[in-house]
Formats: sequence, C-alpha cells, structure tokens
Amino acid sequence: MSEADVIYKTDALIAEDIDAYLETHRNKTMLRFITCGSVDDGKSTLIGRLLYDSKMIFEDQLTALEADSKRVGTQGQEIDFALLVDGLAAEREQGITIDVAYRFFATEKRKFIVADTPGHEQYTRNMVTGASTADLAVILIDARKGVLTQTRRHSYLAHLIGIRHIVLAVNKMDLVDYDHAVFDGIVKDYTAFARSIGIETFVPIPISGFKGDNITTLSANTPWYQGPALMEHLETVEVDATIDQTKPFRLPVQWVNRPNLDFRGFSGQIATGSVKPGDAVRVLPSGKTSTVTRIVTLDGDLEEAVAGQSITLCFADEIDCSRGDVIAAADNPPQAADQFEATFVWMADEALIPGRAYWLKLGTQTVSATVQQPKYTVNVNTMEQLAAKTLDLNAIGVAELTTDRAVVFEPYAESRALGGFILIDKITNATVAAGMLNFSLRRAQNVHWQALDVTRKAHAALKHQTPAVLWFTGLSGSGKSTIANLVEKKLHASGKHTFLLDGDNVRHGLNKDLGFTEADRIENIRRVGEVAKLMTDAGLIVLTAFISPFRAEREMVRAMLPEGEFIEVFVDTPLEEAERRDVKGLYKKARSGQLKNFTGIDSPYEAPERPEIRIDTTRETPEDAAERIVERVIGSWSPVI
Amino acid sequence: MSSSLPRSSLTHLERLEAEAIHIMREVVAEAERPVMLYSVGKDSAVMLHLARKAFYPSPPPFPLLHVDTTWKFRDMYALRDRMASESGMELLVYRNPEALERGINPFDHGALHTDMWKTEGLKQALDKWGFDAAFGGARRDEEKSRAKERIFSFRTASHGWDPKNQRPELWSTYNARKNKGESIRVFPISNWTELDIWQYIHLNDVPIVPLYFAAERPTVERDGMLLMVDDDRFPLRPGEEPVMRSIRFRTLGCYPLTGAVESSAATLPQVIQETLLTTTSERQGRAIDKDAGGAGMEVKKQQGYF
Repeated sequence: MSEADVIYKTDALIAEDIDAYLETHRNKTMLRFITCGSVDDGKSTLIGRLLYDSKMIFEDQLTALEADSKRVGTQGQEIDFALLVDGLAAEREQGITIDVAYRFFATEKRKFIVADTPGHEQYTRNMVTGASTADLAVILIDARKGVLTQTRRHSYLAHLIGIRHIVLAVNKMDLVDYDHAVFDGIVKDYTAFARSIGIETFVPIPISGFKGDNITTLSANTPWYQGPALMEHLETVEVDATIDQTKPFRLPVQWVNRPNLDFRGFSGQIATGSVKPGDAVRVLPSGKTSTVTRIVTLDGDLEEAVAGQSITLCFADEIDCSRGDVIAAADNPPQAADQFEATFVWMADEALIPGRAYWLKLGTQTVSATVQQPKYTVNVNTMEQLAAKTLDLNAIGVAELTTDRAVVFEPYAESRALGGFILIDKITNATVAAGMLNFSLRRAQNVHWQALDVTRKAHAALKHQTPAVLWFTGLSGSGKSTIANLVEKKLHASGKHTFLLDGDNVRHGLNKDLGFTEADRIENIRRVGEVAKLMTDAGLIVLTAFISPFRAEREMVRAMLPEGEFIEVFVDTPLEEAERRDVKGLYKKARSGQLKNFTGIDSPYEAPERPEIRIDTTRETPEDAAERIVERVIGSWSPVI
Repeated sequence: MSSSLPRSSLTHLERLEAEAIHIMREVVAEAERPVMLYSVGKDSAVMLHLARKAFYPSPPPFPLLHVDTTWKFRDMYALRDRMASESGMELLVYRNPEALERGINPFDHGALHTDMWKTEGLKQALDKWGFDAAFGGARRDEEKSRAKERIFSFRTASHGWDPKNQRPELWSTYNARKNKGESIRVFPISNWTELDIWQYIHLNDVPIVPLYFAAERPTVERDGMLLMVDDDRFPLRPGEEPVMRSIRFRTLGCYPLTGAVESSAATLPQVIQETLLTTTSERQGRAIDKDAGGAGMEVKKQQGYF
C-alpha cells in the first residue's frame, strides 16, 4: 500500500499555486494532544513516524537520523524514528525520555502540538503537566502485552485532568501478525476498565508506528479494521477551545491598560463564552456591573470575541476592576468561595505539610492557601482509595483547601481555566502541586465580617500605644520565656498594656488537643497567631514565646498583621549551649529516644533570615537583652493620638 | 471537514497569537523589570508585533534590548532603529566592552566571537540593567533541547540553565516567582514553527529585514557557505573575488557567520514556497550548532547562551 501521499499531496499545490496553498492553511485549526506509554511501547517511534509522514523532517535531519540510527539506534540497520524525538544529551545516553517535550507537525487541516511524556511511574507529574493543555490523549499499548498497570495509570490520569478524547492505539500489530483477535481482546479488556473509571468513549486503532500501518492511511494488513486511521481521527476530532465558546462568558483580568486619562481597558484571555459591545457584564468578586463599549485591538475594534482570544475590553462606567478580578456575563456570573474540596497532584520532592500556607495561583488570582490532611489518596495503579497523612511526590489525593480571601472559581469539570490551580511554596517559590477544584464547601458571600464601631485604632489610642507582636523564637531552652518575661515586666512598669502568651501555658488550655507532629505544631502556631492578632486588635502589645521552628509559619503570622506590627525576636542560642543548659531535662529525654520530634534533635529548626531583633545569649545577659528590646520598642513607637 | 466545525473556531495562528499575548501580559503583571531581547530577525519581528498587540493602545511597557556584536548586517541596524521608533519603545544597545576593546571578530576568533559578544554580552547587559525577566524569540521546533524548555525558563544568578530542574508548567498558569538572584527567560512564541512565523508575517504585514528576500548581492563562497560581503571589514582570502549572486537569507546573525541561499524568491509567498519545498533545516546556515555535535545547543544553554 502506498504511503502518506494518498492524502497529503501538499507539495503539488505549494509548487503550483502558493497563494491558494496559503489561503487553505491560514484557516487550519490546532489540536494539542499527548502520547502516553512507556519506552517499550514505541511512543517515541510513533511520534517520529508522525513527523516523518507529515514531511516535517528536513533532509539534513534525515541524514543525521540515518547516521544516528546506525550508531546508537535500537532498530538495527533500519531508521530508528525514536531518535528524532529523544532530545537531551543525558537521556540519549540512558536511552529514555525524562521530561515533557513538545513536538510540532501539520497537515492540510490542522496544526498539531504533541506533548511527549514519559511512562514511568515516578513521572506522573510530567504526564499531568503535558495533559493539562491537551485536547486528546493517545494511550499506547503493546499488542503483545495488552492492558497493563501503566495503561490503567495513564488512562486514569488523562481522565482526571479532564481529557475528553481518548485514543487507544494498539501498537506493534506487525509483531502479532496483524491478528484481529488480539486486537479485539485488548479492546474488550480496556472497555471494562474504562467504564469502571468513568471514561465513556474512546477510539481504538490498531497500528504499527515502526511499519506505518493505519497511521496516515488504512493499512492493507488490517482489512478487518474499518477506520479511521490515526491521523484522520486527529484531524477531525473537536477541540476544547471550540466547546468552550458555548459556555457563559468569563474573562480573568490580567492587566489594566491605562495609557492616558482618556483610556481604561481591561486585558485578558477569554476563558469561556463570547462577548460583544453592548453586553452587560459583572465584575467578580465585587459584583459591580457595567456594559461593554469596545473590544479594542491593534487591528481595530472587534464586533465579537470568543473563548481563547486575548483581548482588551472597555466599559461604559468607571467601576473598580483590577488584576485577579473576573469579568463575567452579568446574568450568569461564577461564584466566589474560600473553602473547597480539591484534587491534588503533588509535584515536589518535599511532601505536603497540612496547615502550612502556600501561594495558590488560579487564573490571574494569587492568594494564600492552606490544605488540610488528605481525605484519601488514590493508588494510580489500582484506583484504590487509601488513607494518608500527607501527599508525597507524584501522589494524587483529595483534600479540603482554605484560602485567605474569596476566589472566583468554577468547578474544574466545567472550566479548566477557573477550576485548575497551582500551589507554590512560599519559601522556595517552586511549583509544588497542581490542583483541581471539585466544589466549594460554602459560599463565601454568606460570611460577612461583623463591622465594629470601636475600631482597633480606637482601642490602641485609649492605651496610648501602638499594638505589636513581639514574637520570640528559638530552640527549647534558648531563654525565650526568661527574656520575654523580663521585657513584659519592663513594659508594664512604663505603663504599657501587654500580654505574654507562653508556649507551655497555651498548650494546657487553648491547644491541649494538639500533639507534636508537624501538622499539629503548625496548627499550634496558627492559633497562637490568631489569638495574638485579636489582642493587637484590642490594642495590646503581645509577647509570645514559642519555639516556632518553621519559617513558613512565622511568615504566616507576619502576614496576618498590619505591616510593621510583627517583630521577630530571634533568641539565638547554639544547640550545644541549649542542650548543656537543658533546664527542663527535655534534651536528655530526646537523646534517649523518649521524646520524638524534638526540635534540634530529630526535627529541624529553621532560623530566621532577617529577624527584626537578634539576641546572642552567649554574649548578652537576659537583662541586657530585655533592656535592648524595650528600648527598641518604646524608642521607636510614638503614641497614637 | 472544516465545514463541520463551527464558523467561529479559531485558527491555529489566532490561538498561537492569543497564547503569546497572554504570556506577555502575565510577565508584565508579575515581573519587576521585564525587557524584550530583540535580535532584529524574523522571530524577533513577530515577537515585537505581538507585544504591540498585547498592550495596544499603550506602547509595550518594557524596553527593547539589542545585544550587539558590531557584525550584524547593515540592513539589520537600519530596521532595528526604525522599529524602535515606530513602536515607541526605548531601545537599549549593549556591546561587551571587553570584546570591543580586544577587537573580537568572527574572522580571527571563531567560537570566542559568539561566546564573548553574545553569551557574555547578554549576561552583562541583563546584570547591568537588573532585568528580572527577558522575552526571547526562541521556538521549540528549532532544536531538540528547546523542545523540552519551559515557556518560563529560570536562570541562576550566573545565568545557568538546569534542564533537569524545571518547574512543571500547567494549563496557561505560569509561576513567575523567582528566588533572589534568579531571572527568567520567557519564550512567548515557543509553540510556533518556522512556517507559522512566515504565515503570520504574511497575514499581518510585519516589517522584516529585506535580506530575507532575494536580491543581487556581493558574495563569496567559503567553507561550503555562501557569505555576503556586507562591508569592507570582510577580509578576502587570496583568490577570492566578490561575485554578484541572487541570494537571500533564511536566518540572520553576524554577516560573516551567516550562510545565504541562492534564490529568486522576491515576495513573501515565494519565500514561503521556497521554505516549504526546501529540504534542509533552518539553522543549518548558522555555524553555531555545529560546535559540539548533537548536544551543541544544550551545552551552550547551560553556559548561559540564550
């Protein structure tokens, strides 16, 4: 059977009438897809074959390919298409792909972007990354092996990330003599599995990436297969961007365009729906409404814009609208909420710490968020739900999520743009997780802050002081409580209204339900932070003495308070010195193993990088240190009148 | 088949354009001091055009940075100055002072020329002005190591790239937060192919350097490459005599390092036609990829080359 040329007679038109050719090609659509399979399934070979058959390989590349095939190829003297695809030097040496790579090819009808993702279990994060932008997934199966654990894993992930089109490519048909029964058996197995995880439809195709069967044209080797060929299916399947146009209008605002006083436009990429001048819109979360007057572009104003386009809108009214807001259809706006159930894919070596604050970025909104202990994780090989205390690298789990302010959202199943988010570690800035909002646990708009007539400012003014939190942090036995006590006495003596929150005392009451696991320690600090904040609202100067070993939690408390009111006092006593003192005998117990998770011994202490005040207790007496702190406090604070 | 799709389906170019604009706006919203690297080639031309679209009616809110080697074609300098003035953007030109002083040139210094003018020059320029995000016109289809590079690609304080430690990039949600000393290279046209670039230029009348079109130009043939004698700094070897040939360039860089192709393609459709019918890949005209075998560009990037 003659190959590609039957369908792809592009060259002739290019040579005969380039203008006609260009006219055809400017109207091409675009499909993004991923290929899932392991090294052995022939994934790279298939992609190489697609590039080759769509004439995306130049002569010099082909020459290099032939040479490479002989040198390091795995196909003997034949062309090893996989070498076209396996990019980086490191993985060429190992003979495997290690990351997400993007490939491009085009036919007369479509441009294609292929995310090539590896098939090893530890690379779940790469596959999810590649799948997040895909309209379609090609699940590769080795015809000799049938449905394997990894097939189930890839299908589950593709379905999880919301891919609507699944192709089951049963590869290496040439190695099973194009046996119809083998193909049917695999399809039957897969159908049962797909139904069990909620995949409603999929398209099975028998192929050989190596020989080219059923790639661009139907193969004579599989007369029992009626089609479509893989390429034909890829060219005709409906893309998500088109489906998104039928949904209600949503535009996450990226940037406010203000070149001068006469122009104020709101720029962003339309997530779903369409918009025309004259449309009534609502800005979320404020709920203010206006009417669209113009859709502005460099090429002139538009009469309509649709999902996927990046545009700038002007309104009839001067309403507040800035980055992070969502402009929506006035009569059908999305909700805002601050508590959710979400599904997470954990992507960092460092596991989730329940209760710790992370940045959450959803569309153009960035908020601070905490994740609870997972309700369960999913074993991606068996789909079993398992109890878990945390999420490790490549784990998939469901957990509740709280944000520090309301987020405009839609469930992920309805909108990838307004339901998909990333979590960012506040210290390392790494992207640690991908998340998908399932639903909100309550509507944020139902929770109102009680407006208070006697303000925090009035409370402070009556006491003639500026409220603050003096946050003492340091190892157990470093001298925090001793110094904090002295400071409070001195402040009290000079007429200041103070209160000392001590670690041990708080654990006897407010926090007596908490233990010493990492999650409990975080919750301990969060509660203390909230209490300290209420006390500053009452106008007090609060002193706290807690080990508070984690930088992220101290920063969380800092973020709760107005700028300048959080004063971090680092009581810097070396471990050897604190252990030598061992006032409460705790180090001895920790060393003997009777006490677990003891800071400095088997749990880390993250020292402050830029504390407002640092006390070196090996050089300064508690009395001198206290004096210095009081001077700093009273010296720098003038009474608020 | 296209008739069965809704009429409003965006074309591939419309989607690529919208994606690039989205990326540029994210950077402007989140970076402190962005800049656009402008090399005056066709990819830069498209990138600049997209920037003007992204922020219209404002001019793009960042400067253009040209890391100059003093060895670009004269036509490139002319277009550079014209486009800066038309776009209303500030143009910053940086030339590595050490390379200038030592008279580093492509004829006498080989690989050192690229290293000092381009690699070192770029690092110095970014450090000098403290840019924390730099737009670049690289495309993933150009070269294998680029196929794996993120759109937001982080560089260490010494401008190194670690291909094994890249942040996952999900949906179109980009994490632009950097650690102290880090900077970001941002590639808004990552997903464009060479043909996409040409078609976009054609559809949008994007101004490009005339050298992309065929014309009679003075040339010499040397080491299998057809070089243009763009000015009198070109040292002719014994027996070499510039010959007028109808040539054009598929890619533009320093004129002594950039190979021309013989061509009669004088219009954009003709150039595209020739590109489509050609059988050698775009970068073959450039000497830079050949340095270290298959892994040449990857090694260069780890060292800080763009």
